[in-house]
Amino acid sequence: MSTTAIETKVALDQALNLDTAPRKQSSVEVTDYNNRQTVGNITVDNPKMVCRGVNVYYGEKHAIKNVGLDIGANEVIAFIGPSGCGKSTFLRCLNRMNDTIPICRVTGQIRLDSDDIYDKSIDVVQLRARVGMVFQKPNPFPKSIYENVAYGPRIHGMVNDKAELDDLVRASLERAGLIKEVDKRMGEPGTSLSGGQQQRLCIARAIAVNPEVILMDEPCSALDPIATAKIEELIDELRENYTIIIVTHSMQQAARVSQRTAYFHLGDLIEVGDTDQIFTNPKHKLTEDYITGRFG
Amino acid sequence: MQSFLLLALILLSIGGYTLGRKRAVAVAGGHIRNLHSLPSFYGSYAALWCGLPALIVFAVWATLQPGIIIDLVVAGLPPELRDLPPDRLNLLVNDLKNLVSGNIVSSTPDPAMLAAADRYRNLQVIGNASLWVVVMTLAIAGVAYAWRAISPTLRARNRVERVVDLFLIASSTVAIFTTVGIVLSVVFESILFFRQVPITEFLFGLQWSPQTALRADQVGSSGAFGSVPLFAGTLLISGIAMVVAVPIGLMSALFLSEYATPKFRAVAKPALEILAGIPTVVYGFFAALTVAPLIREIGAAMGLHVASESALAAGLVMGIMIIPFVSSLSDDVINAVPQSMRDGSYALGATKSETIQRVLLPAALPGIVGSILLAVSRAIGETMIVVMAAGLSANLTANPLEAVTTVTVQIVTLLTGDQEFDSPKTLAAFALGLMLFVVTLILNIIALHVVRKYREQYE
Repeated sequence: MSTTAIETKVALDQALNLDTAPRKQSSVEVTDYNNRQTVGNITVDNPKMVCRGVNVYYGEKHAIKNVGLDIGANEVIAFIGPSGCGKSTFLRCLNRMNDTIPICRVTGQIRLDSDDIYDKSIDVVQLRARVGMVFQKPNPFPKSIYENVAYGPRIHGMVNDKAELDDLVRASLERAGLIKEVDKRMGEPGTSLSGGQQQRLCIARAIAVNPEVILMDEPCSALDPIATAKIEELIDELRENYTIIIVTHSMQQAARVSQRTAYFHLGDLIEVGDTDQIFTNPKHKLTEDYITGRFG
Repeated sequence: MQSFLLLALILLSIGGYTLGRKRAVAVAGGHIRNLHSLPSFYGSYAALWCGLPALIVFAVWATLQPGIIIDLVVAGLPPELRDLPPDRLNLLVNDLKNLVSGNIVSSTPDPAMLAAADRYRNLQVIGNASLWVVVMTLAIAGVAYAWRAISPTLRARNRVERVVDLFLIASSTVAIFTTVGIVLSVVFESILFFRQVPITEFLFGLQWSPQTALRADQVGSSGAFGSVPLFAGTLLISGIAMVVAVPIGLMSALFLSEYATPKFRAVAKPALEILAGIPTVVYGFFAALTVAPLIREIGAAMGLHVASESALAAGLVMGIMIIPFVSSLSDDVINAVPQSMRDGSYALGATKSETIQRVLLPAALPGIVGSILLAVSRAIGETMIVVMAAGLSANLTANPLEAVTTVTVQIVTLLTGDQEFDSPKTLAAFALGLMLFVVTLILNIIALHVVRKYREQYE
C-alpha cells in the first residue's frame, strides 16, 4: 500500500473516531523472536469490521494483547496460530460471545460497519443476528432438521406465515448445500445426521437469520476429509454474500479458502497479509517458523 | 456362640489371605513378575475359598437347624401331646422354647415337657458343636485347596473378578426380590380383604368409615370401605402441593443454573437442599399451628368458612417441603445440558429466556419430569403433615378449605390400635396400600410416555 493510501486510511480511522496508532506496525521483515509488533498491513480498503486496540483478559490472564485488524467486506480471512494463541478468543469478541463467560473482559474498539459493537446502545442479541457463528463441534439443537433452521427466523420474527418460513428454511438448506440430503427427512432430529451434515446444518441455521458476517471456529476439525472438502466448497460459495472469518488449525485449509490470513502468537497478532504472501513469503520469523512446521 | 463362629471364620479368612499371598510369592520364587496376577489376588483367592463355602454352609445350617430340632423334639414327645391340634401344638412348642431359654412359661411344666426341654437343649448343643466342626473343616479345607491350587499360572485375578461379579449380581437382585416380596404380601392380604368387602364397594364406594364390630350387638359399627374420599383427598392435597412446588421449584432451578453467579449458587443450592432435610413432623406442626390458623383468619376476613384443619394448609406446607426435590434435581439436569447448545442459541441472536424456553427446557425435559415425579411420590406418600394439618375426617369434597384425609393417613390409623389382624379394618390398610401402589405406578408410566414423546435428545 502506498503512503497516500495509508494516509487516507488514517483519515478514515479518524473519521471513525478510532485510535489510529494502537501499536507499531512494520512492513519490513522481522527476524527477532521477541519483536511482537504486527507485520503487514492491518487495514483494507472496504472494511466490514474494524478492530483497534483490542485486549481480552480472562481473569488475570491477558489473552489478547492490543490487536488491531480490519476485516474486508466479502472476504474470507483465516486466523491461524498454535493452540492457545488467542485466535478463537479474538473471534468470539467479534460477536460478543465472550460476554457469556463471566470472567472475560474485553477492551478496545470493534466496529461493524459504523457501529461500535461494544457500545452500550448496541443490542447484543441483534448484533449476533448480524454476526453469525459456526462452532468447532457441530451443535445442532436436539430438534428436527426443520426446527433447527427455523429457530433463528422464528425468534427474530423474520417471517409472517408458515409458507414463508418453509421457503426460508429450504433456501437456507439449499445455500448450505444440504437440501438434497435432507429433503425427505425434514422431521428427523438434527442429531441423526452425520458429522459433516450436522455442520452444514449449523451453517444453514446461521445463514437463515441472514447475517452479514459469519464466524467459523475451526468448523472442520471434527470432520473427515470429504466432509471438510464440502464445507470448504461451501465457504467459497458463501463468500459472495457474506464476510467470513475462519479460525483453523489446518494451514492447507487456510491456504485453500482464504484471501487474507492473520497469524496469532500467544495473544499477539504477529502478521497479517494476503494468504499467498503469508504462505510463500512470511515476513515475521515466528510466522515462518509456524508455517514451515517448526512448532505449533 | 454362633457369632463367635462368624468371628472365627473372618479371622481364618484373613489368615487365608496372608497365606495365599505368601504362597504365591513363594511359588514365584520371590519374583512377582513370574505370577499371572498380583500376590494380593492370590491372597483374595485363598480367602474366598476359605470363607465363602463355609459361610454358605453356615447360613443354610443356621436357618434349618431350629426347625429340624423342633421336629425331632416333637417326634419324641409322648403321643397324647404329639397328636394335639396344630395351634395347640404351636403353643406347646412356644412353651418349650421358653422353658429352654429360662423365660416365664404359661403353666407349671409337667415331666414330659421337662424331658422334652432337656432333649431340646441337648440337640441344640450337639447341633452347634457339629456346626463348628463342619464350618471349620470346610474353611481349613478351602485354604488347603487354594494353597495347592496356587501356581504362577493360576489366573487368580480373573477368578476373583468372577466372584466380585456374583456379589454385584446378588446385591442388585436384593432390591428386586424385596419389591416382589412386598407387592406379593400386599396382594395376598388385599385378597383376604376383598373376600370380606366387595371390591366394587372398595373402589367406587363414596363412604369411608372403617369401623367393624368387636361384638355382634355393638352400635354404630357398620363399616363402610369406600376408598374414593381418601383418593380424592390425596389428589387434592398433592395437587395443591404440586401447584406450589412445580413453578417455584422449576423457576428457582432456572435461576440457579442460568442466572445466579457461581458464588450465589454455592450458597443458595445447599440452603435449598436443607429444606429437604427438615423432618416432616416439623413441617406438620408448622402447618397446624401457623399456616392453618392463618388461612382460617384470612378466610374469615373474606367471609369464607374455613375449617380449622384444611386441605389448603396441608397442601401449601407440603408444597414448600417438596420444592427442593424439584429445584435441586432440575437444576442438575439443566446444568447438564451441554454449553454448546447454549452457545448455538446465543450465536443465533437468542436471548437468555428464549434459549431457556426453546433449547434448555426441551433438552432437560426427561430429568425435569423425573424430578416432578419424585416430588409427586413424596407428596402422595406424605403422612405427617396431613395428620397434623388436614385432619382425619374422610370428606368427599373438592373444596380445599375443608378438612380431608389421605390414603396414607388412613393406613396409619387403621394399623395403630388393638384390632385383631384378620378383621376387615386392618386388612383394608393392605388394600389401600395396593391401590396406592397401582396409582403411583400408573403415574410413572404416564410420565414415561410423556417424556418419550416430547423429549429432545442431545447425545
